[in-house]
Amino acid sequence: MNKKIGKHTVRLESKPRIIAVTSVVGPKEGEGNLKDYFDIILRDDLNGKESFEKAESDMMYTAVLQSIKKAKLTEEQIDFLLAGDLLNQLTSSSFAARGMNIPFLGLYGACSTMTESLGVAAMIMDGGFANYVVAATSSHFAAAERQFRYPLEFGSQRPATAQWTVTGAGAMVLGKEGNYPYVTNVTIGKVKDYGINDPNNMGAAMAPAAVSTIYQHFNDTKRNPKYYDLIVTGDLGKYGKEITEKLLKEYGYDIRDNYIDCGEEIFDSKTQGTNAGGSGCGCSAVVYSGYIYKNMLSGKFKKVLLVSTGALLSTTSSLQGESIPGIAHAVSIEYGKMED
Amino acid sequence: MSVKEKKVKEKFKKISSQTQPKPNLLKNCINAFIIGGLICDVGQFFNNFFLNIGIPKEDLGTYVSIVMVFIGALLTGVGVYDKIATHAGAGTVVPITGFANSIVSPAMEFKKEGYVFGVAAKMFIIAGPVLVYGISSSVVVGIVYFVLLKI
Repeated sequence: MNKKIGKHTVRLESKPRIIAVTSVVGPKEGEGNLKDYFDIILRDDLNGKESFEKAESDMMYTAVLQSIKKAKLTEEQIDFLLAGDLLNQLTSSSFAARGMNIPFLGLYGACSTMTESLGVAAMIMDGGFANYVVAATSSHFAAAERQFRYPLEFGSQRPATAQWTVTGAGAMVLGKEGNYPYVTNVTIGKVKDYGINDPNNMGAAMAPAAVSTIYQHFNDTKRNPKYYDLIVTGDLGKYGKEITEKLLKEYGYDIRDNYIDCGEEIFDSKTQGTNAGGSGCGCSAVVYSGYIYKNMLSGKFKKVLLVSTGALLSTTSSLQGESIPGIAHAVSIEYGKMED
Repeated sequence: MSVKEKKVKEKFKKISSQTQPKPNLLKNCINAFIIGGLICDVGQFFNNFFLNIGIPKEDLGTYVSIVMVFIGALLTGVGVYDKIATHAGAGTVVPITGFANSIVSPAMEFKKEGYVFGVAAKMFIIAGPVLVYGISSSVVVGIVYFVLLKI
């Protein structure tokens, strides 16, 4: 049977289960709105390491190993590790994988990497190529700042649309069996660029990609927004979220009632000074594996559509005046009675 | 691109500019004026102080600059300057303390890459353009001044 439905969606008949997850976050995230849902909260941004980059890599290492441990597995039993981050040449992920005995595929989808890795991992599982796969991503505020923006101590004002990179890492272990939340569909998104070229307004740059992928997902699966208890975008922030709601309405879908954005949820922007909200690969990773996964286990959410969103820019491309292309991938997760 | 998407793209342009929040110019200007003004008051205080202890008038500027650069660097080093700057904006960028901040902050940040390719090489990533165009324009002004004197 063909696993593909519609134009860009696959249906995973075997329903790969997400059998264990771990979220590791920094101290600021540990004071935010979702603090009660994270597994490990670091005491400081460096976490005892010499550099922020090493701290980020270590967060991912911890998240992956903890998840494997929770699943009562060993490193040797994991067939693939699919991971990505924001730093040049994916050093956080590959340096974390250096210390593990697991075949590794590095993925880059900017902040969309969590659903990219989870989607690809689920497809590998459904294809019968693996027994266990781990999907993970990480980001670190200070490491991202020094690569993409200004030194930490430099005095500058952030515009209202600017977002705050989340310090955090999330990992998910996929397995074949058991009573756990499972992946049913994956919609791979197309790159969309509607001409935004302000790197301080990434929410608007990514919104068209989110809209395109969500619209495609509904079209391909013949579902509508009501099918889901929750539709979650990765890091569009306050303003990107608003644009996404309005544009989807143009396509005839009203998602307002059950739609949240991880970037908007994770921080209290008023007291934490995060302006439009959180961003980064780690943002959707820790919100999914913290808040959403735990609420799925407790039965609060039964059907969730995860849509991580990424801005595919580099420091070179923005200096050369290029606009910012966006990308989004959707993964549909369900929990409860299996249909078959 | 489908016809439908073209329509959505048109709509996006409208919606994205509508949702873009306007910066509160008045509040930002007042904050910059007050905090920038306070920094200037500190400078004036040292100016008066040095004058009272008998520093010659033509050397005053140098003395005050040294003190203000030190204060800017110190506040950057202890992690306070950027916090003031989030409220002050231009008020902390324009005075010479801001110049000190723009050099000290990358020097601190890139220490992990070593003293040569980190601290020394990156020290001027923000202040570099200011120096290049500041010095260049002073040369131009100097030439104009020289020509005017000759006429």
